[in-house]
Amino acid sequence: MVARSLADLVAAGQPVAAHRPWPRAVVPETVWTEAAQQLRDGHLTLLGLWGEPKTVHMAVLDEGTWRGAVLTLRCPDGRFPSVGRLHPPAIRLERAIGDLFGMMADGSPDMRPWLDHGSWGVAQPLDRRAPVPLRPGTEYRFLAVEGRGLHQIPVGPVHAGIIEPGHFRFTANGEAVARLEERLGYVHKGIESLMAGAALERGSQLAQRTSGDSVVAYGIAFARAVEAALGAAPPPRALWLRALMAELERIANHCGDVGAICNDAAFAVMHAQCGILRERTLRAAAAAFGHRLMRDRVVPGGVAGDLAAGGREAIVALLDEIRRRLPGLIALYDNTTSLQDRTVGTGVVKPALVRQWAPGGHVGRASGRSFDARRDLAYAPYDRLSFEVPVRHEGDVNARVWIRIREIEQSVSLIEQILATMPPGEVLRALPAGGGEGVGWAEAFRGDVLVWLRLDPAGRIARCHLRDASWFQWPLLEAAIEGNIVADFPLCNKSFNCSYSGHDL
Amino acid sequence: MRKILFQSLLKGPVTETGPAADDAEVAALAQRVDASARRRLGRSLAIREVDAGSCNGCELEIHALNNPFYDLERFGFKFVASPRHADVLMVTGPVTHNMREALERTYAATPDPKWVVAVGDCACDGGLFAGSYACAGPVEKVVPVDLRIRGCPPDPVALLKGLLALLEAQSGPARSRG
Ligand code: SF4
Repeated sequence: MVARSLADLVAAGQPVAAHRPWPRAVVPETVWTEAAQQLRDGHLTLLGLWGEPKTVHMAVLDEGTWRGAVLTLRCPDGRFPSVGRLHPPAIRLERAIGDLFGMMADGSPDMRPWLDHGSWGVAQPLDRRAPVPLRPGTEYRFLAVEGRGLHQIPVGPVHAGIIEPGHFRFTANGEAVARLEERLGYVHKGIESLMAGAALERGSQLAQRTSGDSVVAYGIAFARAVEAALGAAPPPRALWLRALMAELERIANHCGDVGAICNDAAFAVMHAQCGILRERTLRAAAAAFGHRLMRDRVVPGGVAGDLAAGGREAIVALLDEIRRRLPGLIALYDNTTSLQDRTVGTGVVKPALVRQWAPGGHVGRASGRSFDARRDLAYAPYDRLSFEVPVRHEGDVNARVWIRIREIEQSVSLIEQILATMPPGEVLRALPAGGGEGVGWAEAFRGDVLVWLRLDPAGRIARCHLRDASWFQWPLLEAAIEGNIVADFPLCNKSFNCSYSGHDL
Repeated sequence: MRKILFQSLLKGPVTETGPAADDAEVAALAQRVDASARRRLGRSLAIREVDAGSCNGCELEIHALNNPFYDLERFGFKFVASPRHADVLMVTGPVTHNMREALERTYAATPDPKWVVAVGDCACDGGLFAGSYACAGPVEKVVPVDLRIRGCPPDPVALLKGLLALLEAQSGPARSRG
């Protein structure tokens, strides 16, 4: 049977007015399940799955036409046909829906709680908010791993380094990892409940505190969702300034991570050198935009301010320095056999898995997935700029390092183009009053961030969902480490650098 | 080949960036921290960082303390892997309920005398997340706090200033249990 097109699936439901830029339709269960089958068969790509009281939404993408849509299913009795049953990337999202809304994914192979560790004192915090007794954390059941000579190594939530908290349960045979099971949710802050009822300004601030390394990307995705909902267009110069900030953010993160990956292979020189580039980038950002992480500079309707005096010069000097230093660092990375020995062939993510999970960012691109929201779901000003999306096929730590290096080079070129062609004019425009629904996205350094929201007629946030790229990357880390030695885990983990906070929300 | 690479790479940065020579404020601060650290600690203070629900922004700037510009280790400050080796806990985030027990246990595992530094607005007063069903914070609601460093996130200079204040605080011995 030929799969129905996404447009046909949408047409089979009730269209929802004032949802932009993609359509949204309330579909019957049969269409919901049909979409899940299409995800399983690779005709559609899952972009997100989230709840509202007695309702579930699924954002899907047709990679043939690069059109997206949101399908909505009403579930008055609190149950819906599991998507994860057919398409595993949905499983953790469904567990989160269960925790936050109390809705059950019928037929899901994994119904354990995910974000809810039993410590909130309330159940279904985004719906009923019923008070419940606390549950001990030890009640969580990890999957059984059985076999001769296996032993378990529990790691976290507090780790040895300065990193975010999460729990990793290794089952190893000697040094070789037989299975890794992640347990996340430790930094769940209840961001989506704080969003409800918030004014746009506060909403934007919350979005930019969802994952501190992707401040600009979250700011852009949130602002674009608001602007879509209200049918507003920010001034052109604001879009270019946003892209300028986004590329600075990308450079800073990739520099930091390349250094940190090498550091996890005990190669401190690269760490120090990359740390210098990262610091220079943050200082240029502070000079140009007044904050090292550029927090709260992107706002719905534009940006909070234009380039500061001296900002352009600071950025030009930064680009000069990167151009001067990066080739030496690349050569150092490439020519150090003891380092290559650790990164080549380590932590392989198979292309088949990447096709199924459709992870964004370097995790996908290092295993053959040529996807970049800046190009494929193009938004201004990237549709006017020229850049390449690097792709490799080995899927190992080394490939992920190279993708990041190539992306630093591309970002340098993008910033040069932006500085050369940025239009003049205002940078912020007042938003029209009213409500609506919108979806927005942005390419963060680790992959695409998706934001969906509904504004009430007073222009306040009724519901806002934020989906970090990490949702489709964390599970692949479990696959990547299989068969590797325990000591290579930090290296694999850093080469992914998934966000704990962005995922836990 | 390797030698040349190392030389060309190392020469530039060391002289150019040394103890952040391009930033007079950092240099002056560094001197005070250095003198104070010598006097009070005999050049050794072990810090254990605990993310208790941060957005990871605070971690990025704490990390920056170790880069060649700030190079915290030259004062004898060291980030350690275990709370059992630590004198100071640097705690970030609005203390999520899901991290509360881990923070309490980390605090309990840190030997006396010890100090707790709340880093970032979230840790100081809950920040934007105050009032969430998922947060227990600020940090002082969960473990005793000796010093607060505000900011979202505090930049490395603010962090250095905070550590200096901790060292220079003449009154009040470090907290001990019991
Ligand atoms: S203070 Fe700011 S940077 Fe630090 S954890 Fe809170 S939101 Fe993130």
